[in-house]
Amino acid sequence: MLTYVSRRLLYSVPVVIVASFLMFWMVRETYDPCARLRASRDAAAVSRCEERLRLDDPVVTQYGRWLGDAVRGDLGESSRTHEAVEEMIPRALWSSVQLIFWGVLISAVVAIALGVYSAVRQYSVLDYTFTGLSFLGLAMPPFWFGLLAIELLAVGPKRWFDLDQPLFYIVGLHSGDSSGFDLDYLRHLVLPVMTLTVQIVASWSRFQRAEMLDVMSADYVRTARAKGVPRRQVILRHGLRNALVPLLTVMALDIGALFGGVIVTETIFSIPGMGSLFVTSLSDGDAPVLAAWVLVTASLIVAFNLLADVLYSVLDPRVRLT
Amino acid sequence: MSTRTPRDDDGLVEGPPRDAGPSGVIGAELLPSATGEFEAAAHAAPVARSQWALLRRRFFRHKLAVVSLGVLALIFVACFGADLFAPYSNTQQDLLLGPVSPRVGHWLGTDELGRDQLSRVLYAGQISLKVGLAVALISTFVGTAVGAIAGYAGRATDQVLMRVTDLFLVVPALAILALALDRFGNEDTTIILVLAGLFWMYAARVVRGQVMSIKEKEFVEAARASGASSTRIVVRHVLPNTVGPILVTATLGVALAIVTESTLSFLGFGVQPPETSWGNLLKDAEGTVGTSQAYLIYGPGLAILITVLAVNFVGDGLRDAFDPRSERRR
Repeated sequence: MLTYVSRRLLYSVPVVIVASFLMFWMVRETYDPCARLRASRDAAAVSRCEERLRLDDPVVTQYGRWLGDAVRGDLGESSRTHEAVEEMIPRALWSSVQLIFWGVLISAVVAIALGVYSAVRQYSVLDYTFTGLSFLGLAMPPFWFGLLAIELLAVGPKRWFDLDQPLFYIVGLHSGDSSGFDLDYLRHLVLPVMTLTVQIVASWSRFQRAEMLDVMSADYVRTARAKGVPRRQVILRHGLRNALVPLLTVMALDIGALFGGVIVTETIFSIPGMGSLFVTSLSDGDAPVLAAWVLVTASLIVAFNLLADVLYSVLDPRVRLT
Repeated sequence: MSTRTPRDDDGLVEGPPRDAGPSGVIGAELLPSATGEFEAAAHAAPVARSQWALLRRRFFRHKLAVVSLGVLALIFVACFGADLFAPYSNTQQDLLLGPVSPRVGHWLGTDELGRDQLSRVLYAGQISLKVGLAVALISTFVGTAVGAIAGYAGRATDQVLMRVTDLFLVVPALAILALALDRFGNEDTTIILVLAGLFWMYAARVVRGQVMSIKEKEFVEAARASGASSTRIVVRHVLPNTVGPILVTATLGVALAIVTESTLSFLGFGVQPPETSWGNLLKDAEGTVGTSQAYLIYGPGLAILITVLAVNFVGDGLRDAFDPRSERRR
């Protein structure tokens, strides 16, 4: 196990670094970080800017220098705001982690409940309803869902019922000076979390239903029933516990991917997380920020992929990692 | 963004048997004889057609897939025949009219310049659908070629393919597309090529898995024993057995491409004005949320939702048609 994990980690390092280099290179190829100064026709300022960033060096050298600093904890400074990148990234990450944490928690509870119910009462009216809804959820473009949620759940009701405040807020995670876990925070969270999770709830609940159906038709479940174990206990102890194993690995894979998926949600709800940081840096051609962004998200994706595999083998001893 | 279950890859290991034996002919005879075409086909070349007839029969049993196919046809005709069907031109302004909510004549309302939203949705569909189809076609073609080579040749080719796939999993597609558009101009062709360049890996992975299991089968061994070249074995013996998964992947690829394109355009990195896609229309309408013109967000969004839903159902129908075992699980 230890050999497996260390080998996987070792071989992920080049993938992460190459990915971040690609990003750095593409941005440097496309954008001129001194463009604003060039527009002002101040030749001295332009050459100062070029000298400071040492743009005459080949891109590989520039990236090598950045990476060398990065392993020492210095991720460079944003070419847009001149702020230190190692301060921007953790702040942005914190907002995104909150979104993803609540999103995953709620999706997991909802998806497991729906999946188990649908499997236990297969072909019931509610099963068909959930199935239909999950097809809708899978086909739903998240950004449109976000707009609909704002219109129908936040500003619409405010207009229709002439409220002072909308029920749910649509900008950021806190209003004004409030912080911490309070009602204000919850009212900010509801819509972004819904937007973020509409697709994963749909796909996880479908997955859980299929797994549960598989498990419930297994021989040991029939044996348990035959010897008179109460139905409830069969479903929870024999069924659910085994059906959860594959779902957990799917969840781990999706959590990694979610760090890329928060882009739409954070843009719509103006949340200053990793997604917003990515979009603004991309439109400004901010190479150091983007390279660091890819370094962080790629590491997280790789880590969660590894976690998925390890989890599977821990929870299901029949699976051997080689 | 979407979740792929582990099962997706190994859904169709065996595939339909290629040499249509007596069973295929029997299947053809069981067809509803209302359509003379089937009967004629069965009589003309029973052995060659029967496999497809069986597939068609299984596909048409999937009611939702058939309905979806009809809906898709309708959407295509309406969008690409927009010159004939759209009530107004997509650019025709009516400043005196201004923004009006949905009503007879303006079924989805008009924007602040008095442009008819339904007509704009139909014209925008041309680009969205074109991107979706082209990306699916190109990426499936490339992915099939690469996947077949990697799966059959194995070793080094395979390793390279898998590493490249890993790499593209962690580099955000949005960045690649935005930068490519900035460099090569905001052409439809750029968007199509970049998206195809990102999506071919899905098809490649599916085909690779299929080819790896099929190449161990006896009939491949028999072909090799009788002196067939590797190219011939792959093209004539292995690939025809992967048609099912390839078709399903291509179908779902259309949906994925449409959603990705519209997401990018919504974020401002995709199709640029004056050209419009469904994503652009939603970007335009984003500012109306919370105002009395919020009706503008419904049309383009519904267009995407319905198209993607229909494409997914057709994909489901195809999967069931090619893999009868999956039907029992439903």
